[in-house]
Amino acid sequence: MDALHQFLIAPFTEFAFMQRGLLGAVLLSISACPIGVFLMLRRMSLTGDAMAHAILPGAAAGFLLYGLQIVPMTIGGLLAGAIVALGAGAVSRLTVQKEDASMAAFYLISLALGVTMVSLRGSSVDLMHVLFGTVLALNNAALMLIGIVAAVTLAALAVFWRALVAECLDPLFLRSVSRLGTPVHFVFLGLVVLNLVAGFQALGTLLSVGLMVLPAAAARFWTQRVETMAVLAIAFGLVSSISGLLLSYHAALPSGPAIILSTGMLYFVSVLFGTRGVLATRRPRHAHRIA
Amino acid sequence: MADACITFRDLTLGYNSHPAVHHLSGAVRRGSLTAVVGSNGSGKSTLMKGVVGMLKPMAGSVAVTPGTRVAYLPQQSELDRTFPARVVDLVSLGLWPKRGLLGRHTAQDRKVVSEALMAVGLEGFEQRPIDTLSGGQLQRALFARILVQDAELILLDEPFNAIDASTLTDLIALIKRWHGENRTVMVVVHDLDLVRTHFPEALLLARSPVAWGEAKATLAPENLLRARQFHEAWDENAPWCATDDDHDHTHDHHGHEHLHHAHAHAHDEAGRAAREKVA
Repeated sequence: MDALHQFLIAPFTEFAFMQRGLLGAVLLSISACPIGVFLMLRRMSLTGDAMAHAILPGAAAGFLLYGLQIVPMTIGGLLAGAIVALGAGAVSRLTVQKEDASMAAFYLISLALGVTMVSLRGSSVDLMHVLFGTVLALNNAALMLIGIVAAVTLAALAVFWRALVAECLDPLFLRSVSRLGTPVHFVFLGLVVLNLVAGFQALGTLLSVGLMVLPAAAARFWTQRVETMAVLAIAFGLVSSISGLLLSYHAALPSGPAIILSTGMLYFVSVLFGTRGVLATRRPRHAHRIA
Repeated sequence: MADACITFRDLTLGYNSHPAVHHLSGAVRRGSLTAVVGSNGSGKSTLMKGVVGMLKPMAGSVAVTPGTRVAYLPQQSELDRTFPARVVDLVSLGLWPKRGLLGRHTAQDRKVVSEALMAVGLEGFEQRPIDTLSGGQLQRALFARILVQDAELILLDEPFNAIDASTLTDLIALIKRWHGENRTVMVVVHDLDLVRTHFPEALLLARSPVAWGEAKATLAPENLLRARQFHEAWDENAPWCATDDDHDHTHDHHGHEHLHHAHAHAHDEAGRAAREKVA
């Protein structure tokens, strides 16, 4: 029992940096996982990945001007994300090009710009920090930022839930009864950027999208309701945050990748054993009902 | 016209400066049941999009009486059938005009939804995921959503595609019920016999309106023959339309004068057909 306590609880009670890391990851899970569910249902999971890259030049600009500080890097990231989201969204809505292509174009340009900017000044250690974050070095400002983003996200989800569901389920119908279709799409893209920027301090640009997409993708294998899926995704996010931090603590692994690898484990378990997973749906069934 | 629900004034709708609906004038009476017929590419779906406001007119105007609640069932639905939703979730979308983004769905609303499901013969389907429905069942569910929408103007774009006889009978009965409730209904239909049996009025389109009025008269052989003679393909070298008042004529240099006569003649004919309808 004591060993279990030592293994599971003590790291968090004894070390302030573990507590901060846990708080940051928990807030991030509550906020980013439901966003990930809609990202997945809109077939935009890879868009999330692209957006995470798109944030880089903004963060790099902040980094170039002010060094490794959260406020300028966050504002830069938000701006870059907004420009790419709006630009790609506008190109796809105003021309024949679909969003996947316009998003790819915008994020590739953005990523190239970002890497160039970081290499102009920083060493490769700085680049590693920007790309992979440091969940164990979250300061008060970063935690505050994540908290605010989580609050804004949950409030926006509560207000726009019905419109988001309608826009995913039947966009043409939403357009015929309301003018909210396009605004809600941009509100949603805004929330994606906001959550990626929040996650970027903790997990870095490359991994923040992991906490958004993977729990949602895992939750898809267990349920047929959006509401349940969002709750389940949050639960998966929380579980992998805790287990990832413990893994990182005990095995001396970098915290961000450890959290994402934990989510990855949950994903593979879900693919195999979920109620809608491989084993449940591919197992030959000899018995069936008469109606 | 005082009791008009939709008014078309010399309406031209189209894509890339090519008309798909050409100079349509007239009015759809409130409470009327109209079939929109014509061959593929004759502008039926385009007309529907124009009425809903999803396509802006290239010239002229289409006006739906202000305050009219509109329900529209498109031909090519963008419905995502893989979305994790149940039949009851899909049909509840129809509550949007009444409850909007934030309005609470009351017990009364839930009753409306379950009555609508009953009316389309989908009792007991409430909890079924939408990806397990057959084509006909999905179409019934979409009709249930229109029932819930409680709209005064109902536009159905080819609702009977790939529908079996019994579902067809049920859907026709629903359309007639809406007609009986004095709602204005426009339906794009291909089956002319169906139109003759069930629809009081019909609009025959061949890009330009060919005939519009009492269904059996509209579908007379001479009208159908005329409707069949239009060219579906776009002509990139077609002259600019002369009666198109708000079009920029300055870039129209060649081949206009000697073509003008024949073209204007075609308009006269279409215009006459449309005027007959209004009168």
